[in-house]
Amino acid sequence: MNSPILLQPDETFILNVGPQHPATHGVLRVKMEMNGEYIVNAETVIGYIHRMHEKMGELKTYPQFLMNLSRMDYLGALGYSHGHVLLVEKASGIVVPERAEYIRAIMVELNRIASHLFWFGAFVMDLGGFSPLMYALQDREHILDMLEAVTGSRLTYCYFRFGGLYNDVDDDFITAARQFIPRMRKSMKKYHKLVTGNIIFRKRLEGIAPLSKEMCRKYGASSAVARGSGINFDVRKNEPYSVYPEFDFDVPVYHECDSLARYMVRMDEIEQSLRIVEQGLDKLPGGPIMPDKKPKLIKPPVGDYYQAVETARGSFGIRLVSDGGKNPYRLKLRSPTYSNMHLFDEACRGMMIMDALAFMGSLDLVIPEIDR
Amino acid sequence: MRLTLLNVIVAVVLAIAFAALNAAYLVWAERRGAARIQRRPGPNINGPFGLLQPPLDGIKLMAKQLTIPGGADKIMFITAPVLAMFPAIMSFVTIPFSDTIVAKNMSVGVLMIFAFASMGSMSLLFAGWSSRNKYSMMSSVRAVSQAVAYEIPMLITTITVVMIAGSTDLMEIVHQQSRSILHWNIFPLLGNSHNLLMPFSFLIFFICTLAETNRAPFDLGEAESELVAGFHTEYGSMGFGLFFMGEYANIVIGSCMTTILFLGGWSCPFGLFPGVWWFILKLYLLIATFIWIRWTFPRTTIYGLLNLSWKILIPLSLFNLLFTAGLIKVF
Repeated sequence: MNSPILLQPDETFILNVGPQHPATHGVLRVKMEMNGEYIVNAETVIGYIHRMHEKMGELKTYPQFLMNLSRMDYLGALGYSHGHVLLVEKASGIVVPERAEYIRAIMVELNRIASHLFWFGAFVMDLGGFSPLMYALQDREHILDMLEAVTGSRLTYCYFRFGGLYNDVDDDFITAARQFIPRMRKSMKKYHKLVTGNIIFRKRLEGIAPLSKEMCRKYGASSAVARGSGINFDVRKNEPYSVYPEFDFDVPVYHECDSLARYMVRMDEIEQSLRIVEQGLDKLPGGPIMPDKKPKLIKPPVGDYYQAVETARGSFGIRLVSDGGKNPYRLKLRSPTYSNMHLFDEACRGMMIMDALAFMGSLDLVIPEIDR
Repeated sequence: MRLTLLNVIVAVVLAIAFAALNAAYLVWAERRGAARIQRRPGPNINGPFGLLQPPLDGIKLMAKQLTIPGGADKIMFITAPVLAMFPAIMSFVTIPFSDTIVAKNMSVGVLMIFAFASMGSMSLLFAGWSSRNKYSMMSSVRAVSQAVAYEIPMLITTITVVMIAGSTDLMEIVHQQSRSILHWNIFPLLGNSHNLLMPFSFLIFFICTLAETNRAPFDLGEAESELVAGFHTEYGSMGFGLFFMGEYANIVIGSCMTTILFLGGWSCPFGLFPGVWWFILKLYLLIATFIWIRWTFPRTTIYGLLNLSWKILIPLSLFNLLFTAGLIKVF
């Protein structure tokens, strides 16, 4: 009973990483079969914060369900709301004023930058460097302040309405956003100097956890996971929605397939999002933010509708089956991290635990979004 | 005779007090330094500049219950934190801070410090092994392989210095460097060594000190994002406190040794007013470097760490040893 743990050379043991573990950033549990420091087999166990968002979608009316979407992914909440409002507008034929769409795009991109900044800090912290998190959070704070002034909340926004927005942007926001862009570009240079160029950082990511194109396709991976493996897919470009065709931006794609490629894709995406915000502010048209004509009660006609959007974590799909009533008959949420995470089981076999956890960080997992 | 005995006891007590005080206040310094680097205030509530934080932390830790996990090996579990602190403090006894300030100078001072330093890794092994926790176990395995890998180049480099000085007496080693800054062992030209490779020896020694004290970027033993808290996962209360203080005491010892072996101990760079203040200045500059490195770099991997030692540092230091031996023969 009191003897210490003794192991034979090729004996394996089970290591429970999570649900409370610093590397999983939430309540994800990974059951790892270990041989010393090497992972023989891993099994991700999810569902610790399952909140039945899909069922809630069936039970609530459309406007009542609006706020649920931002509770899915607390870091990039606006992207998810965007998908939902676009879908319901498409289904019930509501026309959105152009100004509202532009503001939506600006807000979503700012939120994407905030999300990527938090990921950047947390990822470097996974690798043992604590300071970049503090710098990243400071930049993120500027974005949250701007969003708070307009939307009224800092994390779980309920800003979009069917047909438009809850609140128009004011001059303060526009000035703040214009000031933010050059400041963020300066910070990006600093991050690249401090982190990207660091030899230890590069050694830990280069060539680690290569994900082939086939594997990404098999698991339905999207976002930086797919784009880091050479798959040029971005919903904003491939299945354009909202006012994104109006903007001139690139989709960063890397062909190295390793953790560093995924990191680089996200870092480049921050720059692309800045470009979109910049153009959005320049092109921002005047006019109302809510349509003149809008049905009092939202009752999409009978049918099957689908809308995909590119959120900070990848391609988020939302499918609505309507029976013509006040509530959806079925609301299916296809969350991108759910697909990205399931790569982990297969990809981490044979890796050392510290590489595997660095790899997990590069997937950018947000657990509430997996469990929904 | 009686007076000298009293002197020795007082000196030993003072040395231990210095170690304990340093260990406590370096935690404060590190937290303030980290806060400065990360643009946040750090501990600033308790006392001026938060200076009362360490004693209050100590009181809090002592007031907590010491829990021993079920199935743990009790004796080893309790011994480990003591082993972490005790050798580090004992090493202070033989460190000369100036011509006169030394608790007990020994002719084998270098050997004694290394003997105590190698006991430190035993505490990590004991802690991890006895906790009956898989994370702790993995951590202690890492810590031991790391200690083995880095003690070798460290010792070889030290032997190089000892060969140049011709003595294992720390006082004697400093005396030989005390003429001016150019006579310090780190500088190759005017010194006793005439050895162009001495700056590299200094670097090797410094890297090994980082690794030996389990500091970032080599803090694989307590890699918090992988192994939760490593070997001290199961420790609470003052058990944890001792590990924490032991780490800082080890840093002070490592920096003291670097100062004595390479940076001329208490001698002044310009030959003016040699004394304990120069030693303290050099010591804290080195410690500040430790803190700076920790909050700047990410962590290495375990294989990267072992490769660095076995494939780079050991061959380099061995070559340096042979080169120095040759030079000594020639001059």
